[in-house]
Amino acid sequence: MRHATRLAIGPAAFRIGSDWRAPIAALDDLYRDYPKPEVPDFNVHLFAARPWRKFLRPAVHIGGDYTIPDAAPLPLAQGLLAAEMGMNLQMALAQRRFLLLHASAVERGGRAVLMTGISGAGKSTLAALLMARGWRLMGDEFVLIDPATGLAHGFPRLISLKNQAIAVVRAALPDARFGPLLPGTPKGDIRHLVPDARAIAAMAAPAEPALLLFPRFGFDAAERPVPPSEAFVRLTQASTNYVHLAERGFDALTRLVRTVPARAIDYPDTESGIALVEALA
Amino acid sequence: MTSYRAAPPETLRIVPLDALTLIYHRASGITHVVDAPVPELLEALGVGEFTVDQLLATLQDRYDLLDADPAALAVRLDELVQAGLVERL
Repeated sequence: MRHATRLAIGPAAFRIGSDWRAPIAALDDLYRDYPKPEVPDFNVHLFAARPWRKFLRPAVHIGGDYTIPDAAPLPLAQGLLAAEMGMNLQMALAQRRFLLLHASAVERGGRAVLMTGISGAGKSTLAALLMARGWRLMGDEFVLIDPATGLAHGFPRLISLKNQAIAVVRAALPDARFGPLLPGTPKGDIRHLVPDARAIAAMAAPAEPALLLFPRFGFDAAERPVPPSEAFVRLTQASTNYVHLAERGFDALTRLVRTVPARAIDYPDTESGIALVEALA
Repeated sequence: MTSYRAAPPETLRIVPLDALTLIYHRASGITHVVDAPVPELLEALGVGEFTVDQLLATLQDRYDLLDADPAALAVRLDELVQAGLVERL
């Protein structure tokens, strides 16, 4: 690969190689304050399927240690998104050390709040707005549970804001660093937010899971306790590597749902969502 | 006469949570989320071998079953045999 960079996010170290300069330049800019590891755990490749497609209607295919065959490539203008998706893909398929949960997380006073839900539930938006209110952002996409300790490790990659959330978070964090607006992606408009200095500085510090939240956006404000068995089933669905971890995954997840209270919250707008989270945490 | 017993305890991890119980089957790596009467069946079958009728009598003694149906119990036991949680002898 002609262009490459390295970066560490939480306990995961990546090498990203690319046939094009632009995605690497964007990563180097937005991740400029992140450590550059010597030894990568995961490799991401952004490549052209045919040599001429580097130049002619350039289409970025995502690969690396693991590849999803027949995944649609992205236009070069969305190369940064391709790089982010590539890192997520390697984590989702290759992570074996931690139980990986598709969730966002914030921490205050050593206690982590984990938020998981379907796409559009507001995981990233809530995490970004809680960061704006002084919580330490642990991540907006993945939370890593250490089967040995039960602690949550963060993965504070760039926060991926979509559609209406972009303006909401820009208003809450006017001085934050944002990536370029990526219009017309498969998930609509996307703009990346750089986690604040505190989130980056503390990204290696784990936290005790204290609350599991299952948020839903666009409903009247409501809240109900989630029994451990329901939390267990929902979290197996939110984990990409539960099956691969076998009994270690079973132990980590049963410990989590037995020791950490879980709540489902519905919220009609971000303001009431934040208020609900802060009231419960 | 067919009899049944629970799979050896070292092959299963049984974790009661609330109304539901988790059973991790080590040989297959499959997690089963089960409701009553599965944990009760496994507990009863953990102490020895039982025919369907013997098991039904035991369960009736222990849990005051109202609609004891040997055919339904046999079907349930066959499901548990398929899952590897119970052995057919």
